[in-house]
Amino acid sequence: MMTVGLFIPCYMDQLYPNAAIATLELLEGLSLDVVYPLHQTCCGQPLANSGFSHLTQGCNALFIENFSRFDYVVCPSGSCALHIKEHLSSLNQQEDATALASRVYELVEFLTDVIKIQALDASFPHKVSLHHSCHSLRGLYLAQMSELSSPTFSKPNDLLNMVDGLELVKLERSDECCGFGGTFCVFEEAVSAKMGKDRVDDHVVSGSEYITSSDMSCLMHMEGILKRNHSATKVIHIAEILNSKSAPNIEPKG
Amino acid sequence: MDHASLASTFNKDEPRVDWHDESLWWVRQKRDLQARSVADWEVLREVASAIKNNVLANLGTYLQAFESHAIKRGIVVHWAADAGEHNAIIHRILEENRITAMVKSKSMLTEECGLNAYLADRGIHVVDSDLGERILQLADERPSHIVMPAIHKKKEEIGELFHEFLGTPKGESDPQRLTEAARLHLREVFLTRKAALTGVNFAIAETGEFVVCTNEGNADMGAHLSDVHIASMGIEKLIPQREHLGVFLRLLARSGTGQPITTYSSHFSGPRQGQQMHIVIVDNGRSTQLGRADFKASLKCIRCGACMNTCPVYRRSGGYSYRTTVAGPIGSILAPNLDMRDYADLPFASTLCGSCTNVCPVKIDIHEQLYKWRQVLAKEGHVAHSKSLLMKGAAAVLSRPSWYQVSGKLLRWFLRHFPKIASKFTKWSDHRELPEAPKQTFAGWYKQNRVERNG
Ligand code: SF4
Repeated sequence: MMTVGLFIPCYMDQLYPNAAIATLELLEGLSLDVVYPLHQTCCGQPLANSGFSHLTQGCNALFIENFSRFDYVVCPSGSCALHIKEHLSSLNQQEDATALASRVYELVEFLTDVIKIQALDASFPHKVSLHHSCHSLRGLYLAQMSELSSPTFSKPNDLLNMVDGLELVKLERSDECCGFGGTFCVFEEAVSAKMGKDRVDDHVVSGSEYITSSDMSCLMHMEGILKRNHSATKVIHIAEILNSKSAPNIEPKG
Repeated sequence: MDHASLASTFNKDEPRVDWHDESLWWVRQKRDLQARSVADWEVLREVASAIKNNVLANLGTYLQAFESHAIKRGIVVHWAADAGEHNAIIHRILEENRITAMVKSKSMLTEECGLNAYLADRGIHVVDSDLGERILQLADERPSHIVMPAIHKKKEEIGELFHEFLGTPKGESDPQRLTEAARLHLREVFLTRKAALTGVNFAIAETGEFVVCTNEGNADMGAHLSDVHIASMGIEKLIPQREHLGVFLRLLARSGTGQPITTYSSHFSGPRQGQQMHIVIVDNGRSTQLGRADFKASLKCIRCGACMNTCPVYRRSGGYSYRTTVAGPIGSILAPNLDMRDYADLPFASTLCGSCTNVCPVKIDIHEQLYKWRQVLAKEGHVAHSKSLLMKGAAAVLSRPSWYQVSGKLLRWFLRHFPKIASKFTKWSDHRELPEAPKQTFAGWYKQNRVERNG
């Protein structure tokens, strides 16, 4: 059996365990041998994006130690998966690091590209809008990008279309950044909040009940704005939708 | 003031931010339509990028070829190592010809060199003939965008300025009528100036010719009526051959303003009889950038402005928040080359969303260079001490699973019990609620439900 190491980003482990549980259950449902190594922490991206990639050796070493033994590593965050793929490095075992990085997948692309999933036993009878995280989109190419003249495709949409009762609603700006941007969200607070507000408005106006994404960090930022404005629209990680059986009563947070 | 503070001031007037964002987004949408109307758009970008890479790899050779061909055409070629030399050369040319007034079409390079102020100090009056730049000259402001310099000004504000300076009726804000007034005013200028300065969009190495792109025809008007035509160009403006022009002219306006082509693509191939034609070729830091392997591709830029129009941060922070002649994403990778300390904030004024890289007609890896500049700036000590301490602390915690678990537990406990205090600690909460902290982490749940259950 294929062994899969589950990499849960630090902020999801701490703040959004339900999205992580949904990811785990979803993968287990595919008859994979899924293991969550207990000594994992963080991909190191917050350091690197702040200019301190030279401080990420500790994170890199831990990642290599935790995940080298698996056939695949799956992560329910496009941003963290991209960071590992692009920047996993090691002082004395760079070849192993590069090989391991090539086995790292974001959840959606793992389902569509490796498992090549054709059907899902999921039901979510709601109006849903998809937020493309920039790293999933422009880094991992999970869907066609609005700037490029290229054929249309969308891996997350393909999966969402397999969910019973789910209605995908369209946005005015299909793939504009939400403004989270890691530490950008506090160091450039004014612009970050305004970007988030504009993004959220687009979703709300579209009639969406749930904003979903393959990146919980964007959702955390948008959730913060929705809640501040007492909006009825909620956020939900895509894994929770794909793993939802008894949809009407789903409580995304607990 | 850094980008964050200036942007925060800009955001105090939200309707204006919305207006600014929508104006530029509209241009981005026009760009998308134009890009899609060209078969093989992506191939065209690839070709343009390859041509520019070739130019950068052989810059010295092409510059020399251009110079020798230009000289054969009767053009006087000058070399300027920096802004000061550029300004002095132009001043000397004007002085030698006893000229005290000059008309100038749009040239971001002369903005970069501070030419207008330099000449004004020496008693030479410069009138900008590009409509946007003329507006800013009347308002005594600087361009906020390289292609649409007055994009931050509303038509009513322009009406006010024209009322004051050009005598249009008070309250007149119809763009057509205002443009008419500017045209009449500028016609007088064109007819009386003996010297004209233009920029250069493309300089052709194999022939010594150059091309200037405008929408208003003001470069032609100035240059053709002048006795002395001076063109300022950066060393990176070269293309090897005439036949490469087609590639760039197809890309430039489509990317920048969403037009199929600029209204005027004016080809200059030497002075007419009795006219002087000068070209000032300027380095001003460009060769330093050329020497930085990670950042040299920024010199491929053809100044189309597409990366600004698409940038969600630029659209919501305005050109002035960058404090540079070239604002936006490209400005943020060019500026630290000139002064790392002064512009250390700019590479951080981005979410690294990558949209700039996707629209760039010459395929500059803009957002990757922003990331790389961050690494350079942190290493060279240009990041605030508090931030670097925070990062060192985070690195220590994230490298040790036990420290991470304890810190996480404390953090969640604090968030759960003192959400109000927690929200006072961080700017996050100015416009957002903090996430609710659950009692159990995923790791905790996993131990309980998988590890212990399976023994
Ligand atoms: S970097 Fe690219 S997109 Fe930006 S102005 Fe230059 S050529 Fe245009």
